[in-house]
Amino acid sequence: MREIGSKASIMTGNEAVAEGVRLARVGFISAYPITPQTTIVEKLAEMVANREISARYVEVESEHSAMAAVFASEIAGVRSYTATSSQGLLYMHEMLHWVAGQRLPVVMSVVNRAIGPPWNIWSDQSDSMNQKDTGWIQVYSESNQEAMDTLIMGYRIAEDSGVMLPFMSMEDAFILSHTSEQVLIPDQDLVDEFLPELHLDFRVDSDHPMGYGSYSTPDGPFMELKKDMMDSMWKSADTIRKVTQEFSEIFGRDYGGLIEEYMTEGAEYILVASGTVASTAKYVAGKMRENGMKVGIVRIRYFRPFPAEDIVRAVKGASHVGVIDRSVSFGSGGAMFNEVRAALYGRSDVPVTGFIAGIGGRDVREEDIEGMVNMMAAGKEGNVFINVRGGK
Amino acid sequence: MLEVRFHGRGGQGAVTASKMLALASFLSGEYVISFPFFGTERRGAPVTAFTRIDTSPILLKTQVYNPDVVVVLDGKVMETVDVTAGMKPDSSIILNSPESPDDLGLRFKVATVDATRIAIDLGLGNRTNPIINTAMLGAFSKSTGVVNMDQIRQAISEMSPSRADVNVSAAEKAYNSVRTGW
Repeated sequence: MREIGSKASIMTGNEAVAEGVRLARVGFISAYPITPQTTIVEKLAEMVANREISARYVEVESEHSAMAAVFASEIAGVRSYTATSSQGLLYMHEMLHWVAGQRLPVVMSVVNRAIGPPWNIWSDQSDSMNQKDTGWIQVYSESNQEAMDTLIMGYRIAEDSGVMLPFMSMEDAFILSHTSEQVLIPDQDLVDEFLPELHLDFRVDSDHPMGYGSYSTPDGPFMELKKDMMDSMWKSADTIRKVTQEFSEIFGRDYGGLIEEYMTEGAEYILVASGTVASTAKYVAGKMRENGMKVGIVRIRYFRPFPAEDIVRAVKGASHVGVIDRSVSFGSGGAMFNEVRAALYGRSDVPVTGFIAGIGGRDVREEDIEGMVNMMAAGKEGNVFINVRGGK
Repeated sequence: MLEVRFHGRGGQGAVTASKMLALASFLSGEYVISFPFFGTERRGAPVTAFTRIDTSPILLKTQVYNPDVVVVLDGKVMETVDVTAGMKPDSSIILNSPESPDDLGLRFKVATVDATRIAIDLGLGNRTNPIINTAMLGAFSKSTGVVNMDQIRQAISEMSPSRADVNVSAAEKAYNSVRTGW
């Protein structure tokens, strides 16, 4: 295939992510193996059983406990991993705050699925959008290769001494998780060069006992610790750019940084999107450009930290901006829409339209994306549900 | 970009066939994507799977609505599923059928192969549940010319859970016996 130092194959997104976990030399995996769990941990359990990976694999009785288990292993200085989805992620919510607040560089994969009721196992970002305020770095991929590479980069970013925040890596259910595409599996020695062993400055060590996660009054360091988390999250943007650049130098795949710009130069209409919807939007933009419509795409890779400056810069010059959300905040709108609009406030007068699309796995088709561009061209504003029956 | 849709029943290997085709095309240097119809799968129920093949990276991540080629593993599926849905005037359809393409009265380009007979003769699966997906790939290779048999053989060898050599033979027999009505 096209790059060096790699073995090429075709595999599903879940298989690719499991390969990434193996290559990252993760030492501890915990998971709750029931729907809506993913085949990532099934593959990892197989690797552990076949001794292809020297990790300890612990099955627990709930997702809440899975996150508690990786909290414990990570604080002991062991590189840790878990994966979940949908309802399982919601059940982890409390522990997500604990892991982030304790500044533990856990990496977790989330296969984006809808939240019931009614029961629905299809692609929808509501699960991870509900976790945007937990202090985790959040990133969305558009291909199986990117999902694997992001997982490997995730440990470098999370474990950086200036960051020390957990890392949540998303892949769209089915559209990546169960879809096979070509993936280049990098050589282990290259990954080892890129991702050194984990050495935590502070870890549980019975020879040097210390207290962790104890108590703080309002006058104690609580507020200062939260501000420090905020500062680290902002600073992580530079670490992400640096690590992404270094990854591209070693492995030959350049993901740009926090966002990817596609055909934004001279674009009149720019759609901001994430995940596989952004990939399809890129395809449609290429076709519309051939027909004289100046369409560009900004793909949000990192939603936390929010790449406000990058987006403002990328949409400069556009006459209309649209934001596609595959989730909804009831009574407000799409979270990405709201944050993009907030980023542009006072910086640009460009009108911004929010498109809610693909909820509960409804396919986001070529004509849906074309329709969004046409609505932007017609000056439509506000929040618009796309391809919904009986609505506007 | 070529878009292929597979129709079969749960347990017949339509999803595996779509992956094997993707692997064979990938081995020929193409970009590929292969996915099942996203849902819950049950043995015996109609199953749909898709493969996209292109010379550049595939950005389009939607379902396939207008297939260039439709592969039908089980003629009975046609009684409950409109396998020609979304087909374009120049799309082709490859059917597992003992009949000749002209006898089927379909308005598309039609190819037929008796994959069930090939599988039974080779002892793939059993009489009630013959394994016909690898034969269909041989018929696909011959009738479309999209991917050649060397890569089909290699893909089958890599992905067959057992009896890879017999599966390769099935593909070769189908390659040599498929009847193309165009």
